[in-house]
Amino acid sequence: MSVSTPTDIAEVKERNRALIQEVLEVYPAKSAKRRAKHLNVSEEGKSDCGVKSNIKSIPGVMTIRGCAYAGSKGVVWGPIKDMIHISHGPVGCGQYSWAARRNYYIGTTGIDTFVTMQFTSDFQEKDIVFGGDKKLAKIMDEIEQLFPLNKGITVQSECPIGLIGDDIEAVSKVKSKEFGGKTIVPVRCEGFRGVSQSLGHHIANDAVRDWVFDKSEGKEPLFEPSPYDVAIIGDYNIGGDAWSSRILLEEMGLRVIAQWSGDGSIAELEATPKAKLNVLHCYRSMNYISRHMEEKYGIPWVEYNFFGPSKIEESLRKIASYFDESIQENAEKVIAKYKALVEGVIAKYRPRLEGKTVMLYVGGLRPRHVIGAYEDLGMEVVGTGYEFGHNDDYQRTAQHYVKDGTLIYDDVTGYEFEKFVEKIQPDLVGSGIKEKYVFQKMGVPFRQMHSWDYSGPYHGYDGFAIFARDMDMAINSPVWSMAPTPWKKDDGDYLAIAAE
Amino acid sequence: MPQDANKVKDHFELFRGEEYVDMLARKKAEFENPHPAEEVARVREWAKTEEYKDLNFSREALTINPAKACQPLGAVFAAVGFESTLPFVHGSQGCVAYYRSHFSRHFKEPTSCVSSSMTEDAAVFGGLTNMIDGLANAYAMYKPKMIAVSTTCMAEVIGDDLNAFIKTAKEKDSVPEDFDVPFAHTPAFVGSHITGYDNAMKGILEHFWDGKAKTAPKLERVANGSINFLNGFDGYAVGNLREVKRIFDMMKIDYTILGDQSDVWDTPTDGEFRMYDGGTTLEDAANAIHAKGTISMQEYCTEKTLPFIAAHGQETAAFNHPIGVEATDSFVMEVARMAGVEIPDELAKERGRLVDAIADSNAHIHGKKFAIYGDPDLAYGLAKFVMELGGEPVVVLSTNGGKAWAAKMQELFDSSPFGAGCQAYPGKDLWHMRSLLFTEKPDFLIGNTYGKYLERDTGVPLIRIGFPIFDRHHKHRYPVWGYQGGLNVLVTILDRIFEHMDATTNVPSKTDYSYDIIR
Repeated sequence: MSVSTPTDIAEVKERNRALIQEVLEVYPAKSAKRRAKHLNVSEEGKSDCGVKSNIKSIPGVMTIRGCAYAGSKGVVWGPIKDMIHISHGPVGCGQYSWAARRNYYIGTTGIDTFVTMQFTSDFQEKDIVFGGDKKLAKIMDEIEQLFPLNKGITVQSECPIGLIGDDIEAVSKVKSKEFGGKTIVPVRCEGFRGVSQSLGHHIANDAVRDWVFDKSEGKEPLFEPSPYDVAIIGDYNIGGDAWSSRILLEEMGLRVIAQWSGDGSIAELEATPKAKLNVLHCYRSMNYISRHMEEKYGIPWVEYNFFGPSKIEESLRKIASYFDESIQENAEKVIAKYKALVEGVIAKYRPRLEGKTVMLYVGGLRPRHVIGAYEDLGMEVVGTGYEFGHNDDYQRTAQHYVKDGTLIYDDVTGYEFEKFVEKIQPDLVGSGIKEKYVFQKMGVPFRQMHSWDYSGPYHGYDGFAIFARDMDMAINSPVWSMAPTPWKKDDGDYLAIAAE
Repeated sequence: MPQDANKVKDHFELFRGEEYVDMLARKKAEFENPHPAEEVARVREWAKTEEYKDLNFSREALTINPAKACQPLGAVFAAVGFESTLPFVHGSQGCVAYYRSHFSRHFKEPTSCVSSSMTEDAAVFGGLTNMIDGLANAYAMYKPKMIAVSTTCMAEVIGDDLNAFIKTAKEKDSVPEDFDVPFAHTPAFVGSHITGYDNAMKGILEHFWDGKAKTAPKLERVANGSINFLNGFDGYAVGNLREVKRIFDMMKIDYTILGDQSDVWDTPTDGEFRMYDGGTTLEDAANAIHAKGTISMQEYCTEKTLPFIAAHGQETAAFNHPIGVEATDSFVMEVARMAGVEIPDELAKERGRLVDAIADSNAHIHGKKFAIYGDPDLAYGLAKFVMELGGEPVVVLSTNGGKAWAAKMQELFDSSPFGAGCQAYPGKDLWHMRSLLFTEKPDFLIGNTYGKYLERDTGVPLIRIGFPIFDRHHKHRYPVWGYQGGLNVLVTILDRIFEHMDATTNVPSKTDYSYDIIR
C-alpha cells in the first residue's frame, strides 16, 4: 500500500521536512513556534533526534499524553500485586485505569492479590471542603478488616489531594505504626504535576526509595544471597512480558530475585538492594530507582532490550558480561538454544513482511526498543516519537536505533499524527487505543503497542514469535483490501485520508 | 521449549507450559514471601460468609470496584452527539486521555476530545491562559462547528469560572465572537457520569435557548408539533438511537434527537477518518425549544435538563431505560399521545412478535433468580424486563443510584409477585455485590464487563448488559430499546442460560442425560 517510498535518503528527508512545515501551518503562530521544536528529521551521526521533549503540552491540541497519576498508579505501583493501591480522590481516575494495562500476575484476587481491583476514596464535595485525611484513615482501617492478607497500602493521589492541602504522609505514618509497621506509601502523583506520565514515574520511584527502602533497611531477605542475583527493573509484565524475559535470565544461570513491577510483590521490592545487578528494561520509568540503588547500595545497572532476536542476543551478552565465564557461556547456550525458533519465525514471517514500513508512537521505551524486532522481520521504521520521553531517550534513539531520515515527533498531536500517516502511507502504525481506530478507519493496519492489542508477551524469544505473528496478521489481513469502496475506486491508487 | 514458529503460542497457552509453571512456582516460593496456601484458602472461604458480608456492608469510607465513573465522561458523551462538536475538558490532561480510551475500548471507535492541559502553574494562577490558548488551537486545528466545554476536578477545586474564561477567550480572539462554546461545570466529586451528561446537555440547550451566555437574544418559543428526544448516557447509543429513529419514522412524527451519537461512534472503515460524523445540527438544537414536548429515556440522566426544558413551556416525560413489552408500550404510547399521532400497525406487529418470542422462551427464565447492577435507569429497565419474563430479581444494585431510585425500585418490586423478596441497593459497589452473590445465591448476574470478576469469584454466570462492555465486541450496535431491542435483550439472556445449561450437563455418563439437543 506504500505509495510514498522514496528510496533516496535526501528525498526522504526533504519530504519529511516539507511535511513538518505543512502540519505546522494549521497552528496559530504561537503554537506553531512551540510545536516546531518537537518535530524533526533524524540525522545520522547526531547525538540526539533534534527535538525538544518533556515540555508542557499545548492546550487544545489533542495530546495523547496522560498524567502523573497514570505514571504512578497505572505504571509503577499498580502492578505490585500484594499491596492495595488506593486511588485517592474522585472516582474517575481509578475507574478508567481499572485493569486496563494487562499487568499479568499470579494470585487469588481479592484475597492475597489485588491488581485488577479498583480501590477508591470516591471523594464527595464534603471531602473537598473538609479534607479527606479522616476518610483516608478510615479507609485504611476498612482495608485491614476486609483484606487481612494485604501486605501493604499505597495512596495514589489524584488532582484534588495536593490542591486541598491534605496530609497523606501523616495519615500513612500514623496508620503504619498502628498496623505494626505495615508498609504504607503515600504517593504525591497528582495529575496536574509535571507534563505527562513521566513525573509520576519519578515520584513513584522516589516513594519506593523513601517509604520502602529506607523503612526496610536491616531487614534480611528470605533467601540466601547468591553471586548471580539480579532484579528485573522496568518490566510491567504486560501480557506476560516479564515472564518470557525471566525465563531467559534463569536459563543463563542468573537468579531473578525481584520483578519491578509486573507480577511483583513487596517482598521483592524490599529484597532488591541485595541484587548484584539491576537489569533495566524501561529506562524511562525506572532509571531513577536504578540510579539510587547504584549510589546507595553500589548495585550496577544495565539497560537491555528483549524485543527481537538481534537485540535479545546483544542484551544477553551484555548482561552476561557483568558475571563470570560460566554465565557468559550460558548466554551463548541460550542464544544457541533458541536459534532454531528464531530461524523458524523469520523463515515464516519475513517473506510476508519484508520491506513493509512502520510508524510508531508509544510511551517510555518502545519507540526505540521495538525497532530492532521490526528490522529482524525485514521491516523499516520510518517514523517514531515518544509520548513522554526526555532528551536521554532521544539520544539513545539517535545513537542506537533510528535510520537516517526517520521522521521524529515528540508529544505528537492527533492532527499531526494523522497528517503524517496520510502523507507517508506506512504499512503499519503502532500506537495506543486512542489512535487505533483513527488509523484503521483510514485503512491502515494497526497494532496497539502499549497493550500488545490484548496479545503478548512480546518480550524474549517466546515473545518474538508472537510479535511476528501479530504484525503479520495486522498487515496481511484480508480486511484492508476491502476498505476502499470498489465502485468509488478511480485509478487503483488507494490512499488513506485523515480527517479534514 | 514451548514456543513453536508453526503454531505460535501466546499468553493463553504459553504460560501453561511446564517451564513457566515451574518458574512461577519457584518465584512465589523463594521471593514473594507468600501467605500459606491454607491461610489464603481460609480467608477466601471466610469472604463468602454472612459474617464477611456484614463487615463488608459496614464500610463507610472505602469504595471497592464501583460501577460508576465521573462527571466529565458524561459531558463528553453528550457533546459528541452534536454536529461537528469537539468536547473540550478544562483541567488536567490525563483525564481526557482516560475518557478517550474508555469510550474507544467500549465502542471500538475513535473518540475525539481535547484538554486545556493545566499543570502546576495553572493550579496556582488559574487556567485562563490554558482556556485562551486551548480554544484557539482547537478551533484552528480541528475546525469544529462547536466546542463544548466541561471541567475536570482540578479546575473545579481551584474554582475556574468557565463563563468568564470563555468570554475573555473570545475577547482575545481565540474563537470568533459568535462561535458556539456552550459549557458546563462537571465536578468529578459530585454525582457520576450521568450527572455530567445532565449538566452538559443542559449547558448546551441553555446556550442555544437562553441567549448564548448573554451574547444573543433569548429564543422565543413558538410551539410546534415536534418532539425532542434525550437518550441519556447510554452504552447502546449506536443501536438504540437508530432503532428509536426508525420507530419515530414509522410513526411519522417530527422529532429532534438531542445528542445523536449513533454516527460518530459508528463510522465506516473506507479509507477516510471522520473526526465528526452525524449528530444533532446546531440549528436543530436551537429550534428544539419550539417542540411540543421532550421525552427522556433516562430519568436519572436528565434530572436538571428535563425541568429546564419544562420551564420553557414544553411537556416532558421521563422513562427508566425502557426495555421489554410494557416499558416499550408506555414509551410508544406516550410518544403517540404527545405527538398526536396514531401508532402504526407495523409497530403493533413488532410488539406481537416480541410477545411471541417471550411466549416461546419464558419457560427457561421463569423462576430464575437474577442479580442486576448498572446505572439507575438501566438497572430499573432490566429489572422490569426480567420480571416480565417471569424471572425474579433478588438484588438490584446501582452505585450511582440514590434513595429516590431505591424507592422507585421498591415500587416496581411491589407491583408484581416476581419482585417479592428483591432488594434495591443504592450507592453500593461491586464488592458489596460480591458478598450478595455468595449469600443470596442468584442464578444469573446481569451487568457490564467488570461483572466477569464476580462471575469468576462466585460462579454466578454473567449476562453482559451495561456500560462499559470491553471484552465482547459490537454489542453497542444492537438496540435494547423498542420491541426489537427487547428481543435482543431476551436473546442475550437466553443465550447465556442455554450456554450455562450445556456447560453444566456435558459430563459423559454423569450429567449428559440433560445435555439435550432440543431446548
